[in-house]
Amino acid sequence: MQKKKLVEMYRMMLLIRRFEERAAQMYGMQKITGFCHLYIGQEAVGVGAIAALRPDDYFISAYRDHGHILAKGTDPKPVMAELFGKATGISKGKGGSMHLFDVEKGYMGGHGIVAGQIPLATGMGFAIKYKKEDKVVVCSFGEGAVHQGSFHESLNLAKLWKLPVIYLIENNRYGMGTPLERASAIWDLSQKAESYDMARATVDGMDVLKVYDVVAEAADRARKNGEPTLIEARTYRFRGHSMSDPVHSHYRTKEEVEEQKKKDPLIIIKDKLLKDKVLTPATVKELEAEIKKIVLESADFAENSPVPPLEAVYEDVYAP
Amino acid sequence: MPVLTFREALNQAMAEEMERDPNVYLMGEEVGYYNGAYKVSQGLMERFGPERVIDTPIAELGFAGVGVGSAMVGLRPIIEMMTFNFSILALDQIFNNAAKLRYMSGGQFQIPIVFRGPGGAAHGLGAQHSQCLDPWFCNVPGLKVVAPSVPADGKGLLKSAIRDNNPVIFIESEVAYGFKGEVPEGEFLVPLGVGEVKREGKDVTIVAWSKMIHVALDAANALAEEGIQAEVIDPRTLRPLDEQILITSVEKTNRCVIVEEGWPYAGVGAEIAHRINMHAFDHLDAPVLRISSKDVPMPYALNLEKDVMPNAQKVVAAVKKVLYI
Repeated sequence: MQKKKLVEMYRMMLLIRRFEERAAQMYGMQKITGFCHLYIGQEAVGVGAIAALRPDDYFISAYRDHGHILAKGTDPKPVMAELFGKATGISKGKGGSMHLFDVEKGYMGGHGIVAGQIPLATGMGFAIKYKKEDKVVVCSFGEGAVHQGSFHESLNLAKLWKLPVIYLIENNRYGMGTPLERASAIWDLSQKAESYDMARATVDGMDVLKVYDVVAEAADRARKNGEPTLIEARTYRFRGHSMSDPVHSHYRTKEEVEEQKKKDPLIIIKDKLLKDKVLTPATVKELEAEIKKIVLESADFAENSPVPPLEAVYEDVYAP
Repeated sequence: MPVLTFREALNQAMAEEMERDPNVYLMGEEVGYYNGAYKVSQGLMERFGPERVIDTPIAELGFAGVGVGSAMVGLRPIIEMMTFNFSILALDQIFNNAAKLRYMSGGQFQIPIVFRGPGGAAHGLGAQHSQCLDPWFCNVPGLKVVAPSVPADGKGLLKSAIRDNNPVIFIESEVAYGFKGEVPEGEFLVPLGVGEVKREGKDVTIVAWSKMIHVALDAANALAEEGIQAEVIDPRTLRPLDEQILITSVEKTNRCVIVEEGWPYAGVGAEIAHRINMHAFDHLDAPVLRISSKDVPMPYALNLEKDVMPNAQKVVAAVKKVLYI
């Protein structure tokens, strides 16, 4: 892989991490309200997957979506402003943390009902085939979503109709406070693809390069043959389910979280790039400084933006 | 003017719109090879091919979502629900996605999609296949709801629904598919949100839609024999509702009876009664009355089914009540 691309992936993971650390602070200061789900710990999955796509490919995901929209290339300013509920937000302050969208960048949201976006991704795949376009869709969801009917209905349709969709399970081990072993009859989640005779893969979701490779391969298969793929990326969230859930409560121990943090995806890629001399300690420092500036600017932008005018409440209910 | 059945009028609307716009496609259970469970899509697969008339497995949630997802990126799907009873499995996609994507994205999407199929009772289909779900959909901002009563409206409204850039719930009727009526050929559009006076009268306003229009007209005929001139108003679209046509009629007649096939609790008729109270209260000489189905799941036995449903006799009795005779 090109050096530039490697650095860009690291830089994006760093941006997402620092952006969300700032968002968490802002949440503490009540600048951000409602449900806010941090992606910290899972950055390698979204960044690796999106790096393997073309800019006009689609990415759609659930409510843990800050990292995805940033990775798809959206300016952090309107993203932070959306979290703040400001008029300059990417969804004009109508969506919030769970409903970020950037259609121009191919980021299709930001969906709050577990597994609700999976049929949407399948429909985008259908449209790509209908219009004979050369695009693919990546649909990200948590491991909690694989028990929903919409997941299974979608996989069947995608395989039946040969749709260019990559279903990406971001298995962070817990559906809110319920560990996988208390929710799933099987451990190896990509096995579910076998029911639909679909290609499948399991990947270490803490290693951005491995995620990149497996998604690139699936994208190739989707583009060339219209074959969908089910990928399970094994990852871990370092923070609580949402801001109201402590990092370690009754459902997981502090020891477990600390153990998992040894596999921090940011450290894994940074160490590799330092070892391979793609980065030097000096360039890492420069990147940190650049990212810090971007994040601070996004928070300032959000802070200084106006709230939506009350007239906006009736806008965009219906299209003209 | 040609006389068509309701199903032929709907078929014509879809065929014309598919001819007009290559992004329009039809998807649902049995719509293709089988030509539709109620033959509304007769001949469409043969004409437009299996790429545009798409049979699905029995997976309402899945294919409803496929429709919404494809609309997010520029297609204009018509999703057939074999009956609207089955749309209950797809409500997550309809309520949470189709109705909300535009709003919660700050206007980044338009979702031009039609969910169509028959609603309400037919003839001895039992509780799970006889539901009139109009008020469920009417309750949700972001959706439009259409319920045509005659073939010409069926064609003109369906063409408008397909061209509309919003999700439209288009509720037909199993028993009405065979009803015949004059239907204009070719380009004939009935705008959404505009009602029609189906019969003029001066003594009482009867509001009804979908197949209840025929109950209302039967009642109006019976009343005419007794010298009572009922005006029958068909809003045709339930959301957005043509308030003005209702108010104008009530201002003239001073009395109103609403006939709806659904259940009484929180029905569309309750909303219409509220609007008339709000905007025509000073013109009313009697409380607005509602005739609905009885507040029970639909029983199978035909005598019980008949008892549950609105009919002309019940409407006549209600009209006499508001006339104090």
